[in-house]
Amino acid sequence: MKFVDEYRDPAAARTILSHITELAQDGHYKFMEVCGGHTHTIYKHGIENVLPETVELVHGPGCPVCVIPMGRVDDAIAVAETPGVIFTSFGDMMRVPGGNGNLLEAKARGADVRMVYSPLDALRIAIANPDKQVIFFAVGFETTAPSTAVTLLKAREKGVANFSLFCNHVTIVPPLKAILESPDLRLNGFLGPGHVSTVIGQRPYRFVPKTYNLPLVTAGFEPLDILQAILMLLRQIDEGRCEVENQYTRAVPEQGNQKALEVINTVFELRPHFEWRGLGFISQSALKLREEFAPWDAELKFSVPGVRVADPKACQCGEVLKGVIKPWECKVFGTACTPETPIGTCMVSSEGACAAYYNYGRFTKHQTVPVELTRTPQPA
Amino acid sequence: MCLGIPGQIVEIVDPADQRATVDVDGVRREVNVGLVMGDAGGIKVGDWVLIHVGFAMTKIDEEEAASTLDFIKQLGRIYDDEMRDFSAEAPL
Amino acid sequence: MSDDDGHSHEDEVLERIEAWRRRRPKLKDEFINSAHGAGGKASAALIDAVFLEAFRNKSLETMADGAVLELPSGDRVAFSTDGYVVKPRRFPGGSVGDLAVNGTVNDLAMMGAVPQWISAAFVIEDGFSITELRDLVADMAAAALKAGVQIVTGDTKVVNKGACDGVYITTAGVGVIPPGVHLDAKSVRPGDKVLVSGKIGDHGVAVLIARGELALEADIPTDSAPLGELVEHLLAAAPNTRFLRDPTRGGVATVLNELAREAEVGVVVQESALPVRNIVNGACEILGIDPLYVANEGKLVAVVPAEEADAALAAMQAHPFGVDAAVIGEIREDPPGIVILNTGFGGNRIVDMLVGDPLPRIC
Repeated sequence: MKFVDEYRDPAAARTILSHITELAQDGHYKFMEVCGGHTHTIYKHGIENVLPETVELVHGPGCPVCVIPMGRVDDAIAVAETPGVIFTSFGDMMRVPGGNGNLLEAKARGADVRMVYSPLDALRIAIANPDKQVIFFAVGFETTAPSTAVTLLKAREKGVANFSLFCNHVTIVPPLKAILESPDLRLNGFLGPGHVSTVIGQRPYRFVPKTYNLPLVTAGFEPLDILQAILMLLRQIDEGRCEVENQYTRAVPEQGNQKALEVINTVFELRPHFEWRGLGFISQSALKLREEFAPWDAELKFSVPGVRVADPKACQCGEVLKGVIKPWECKVFGTACTPETPIGTCMVSSEGACAAYYNYGRFTKHQTVPVELTRTPQPA
Repeated sequence: MCLGIPGQIVEIVDPADQRATVDVDGVRREVNVGLVMGDAGGIKVGDWVLIHVGFAMTKIDEEEAASTLDFIKQLGRIYDDEMRDFSAEAPL
Repeated sequence: MSDDDGHSHEDEVLERIEAWRRRRPKLKDEFINSAHGAGGKASAALIDAVFLEAFRNKSLETMADGAVLELPSGDRVAFSTDGYVVKPRRFPGGSVGDLAVNGTVNDLAMMGAVPQWISAAFVIEDGFSITELRDLVADMAAAALKAGVQIVTGDTKVVNKGACDGVYITTAGVGVIPPGVHLDAKSVRPGDKVLVSGKIGDHGVAVLIARGELALEADIPTDSAPLGELVEHLLAAAPNTRFLRDPTRGGVATVLNELAREAEVGVVVQESALPVRNIVNGACEILGIDPLYVANEGKLVAVVPAEEADAALAAMQAHPFGVDAAVIGEIREDPPGIVILNTGFGGNRIVDMLVGDPLPRIC
């Protein structure tokens, strides 16, 4: 695959790794990534166990699915169970547990819950089913918000009245600030979220070096991207620099995507505050539909319980998210809290730090001993 | 949400409705190109874009992609040069 | 944080997880959901808690693709059954009719049997098109001919409109296991090689695309095929083959996890050796699913002693259904019960049992 395979070359990785090892040899460096996609790539390719022990990766609150509080999932299920409704959602959200089960279970009980790949698919379903109310469960950071916005504008343009959004879009800067404000923070730098940055550009991150004295390098999603970004962070530290740098130049423009930002601004506005699973209430961190789009706002069209469900007491997600403890250091990791029976956000989707560690990362210290293949494998 | 896949535009289906077909290793899907149509040069067949939830989010800059890979290869050369110099200087 | 003997806190937690995983899966659900049919942890829990619990007997407990039964004469017979409910019923390269025959033929072949006799029971919805029924049955007849089996008995039931989705087909099959053929997960040893008979992920992706919900267009036909002859050739070339299983729902990852657990061995797979078509890989990348967990209907996973691996590979590659066969990994002593993937990048990760259906993701 072009633009993918060449960034997975193990030989190229070795040269970057040798530089990383050299630069990191006299210290211990903890870098946080705040993007579910980065967590996924790191575990999928086993990047943590090719890095030297002096470089540690911490998985922050980068999963917009995981941070949706249980109460909001309950609200979604309540809407899905309303008669005459087709509830559409991305696959990621289907297994997230609320106080009373998840969307898949609601589907098993008879709710018309359908998985979609794009918000436009949801709009298509609405057009094809004029006698039903079709709701789209909108989740995601600024990467996904423009797509939801364009879809809503199309709905308005085409006069589709039976379509609405249950909006749970969140923004990246506030949780980043919340992490940075934490007194027990022990980080040396950040890997910036690659795809959010295609929309918001690089400027919004300037406060990180400026106010908190930590370097940030926006990284792509292939293994070489991540390694190169780590190298760039180490070089900044070595050279006494502290700035925002862009490793993912092939996809991230410095100013972001103006059209995408415009469209977000046309359709959405900031909520005064929003609850983040594991992090508590953060102000100005989530989006809701502007008043003129009220006819497409599921929260106004349907009655949702709107009950706040507190995270279980045993949950230590907040500490994991801030990099204070490792997944396996959480008291309920692997026992009460497992991927099948998740308690907190970190275990909820496979991008959460705990789930990723549980599903992929156990035994990463296990030596990678290559398999002896008796014959040359056929090319794919 | 971060799953963004590089794909190549193979057909502009409807410029007014902002629809184009992209190809990812032989798999084709219709995507909305409204967010990238206004870019310098617009969108044409053969361009590479980053796709996320059915939308093209940005054009992939082939020059930047090449220069990223070049940088990585350079690292390899620097490293090899250093190793050569190092072993040349090492006392027996 | 370590004890004096270097046994760290992390190791303790990992041991605790392993002990937990080794326990029999508990069924806590009160209602069936789609995860119970996906072939992963939930399926295992359901089978264990409901069926095994009630039907308890030695043949059933082996939990292989089918049962091995010994006749008074001493001959051994393999007996297997499967239900076929796939939607859509017709997809590129085949139909539920093909699957219904090939699926059961393959289950028998995985036990080393020569598949011979198939039964077919139909549950049909009131109002179903007889033309479509004829087409499906024609597919079954053609598949049976190709597989060298006969459909010798069957049953038909008609249910009210809405009581089933069109038609459900259940097939059962019987075949004789030649003397000397003993396939058993427990005979697998460290050092054995793991082979796959061809490119993986085709069927599951073909069906997902055929459903039309994801609006993808791709030329990916199902790989549905009868493997009886392939197995015969394989066993002739590699008579000490330890284990065969076809990676249907849950994919290669599920078969390897079942093997690791049943044989209490570690399985290591080399990612760079996994045969996957580019286009299937592309579809999986777009959807965010892993080809290792995607269903196949014309492939097998084989474990053979290292010294027979070359011969096994050559035998499969010489057969039309095994041209892309490859050695993908090996059996190790440690860590027992775990499947590890050496990534193309030089790292490694665990390939765990599937939790629920593999859902396309966007994150």
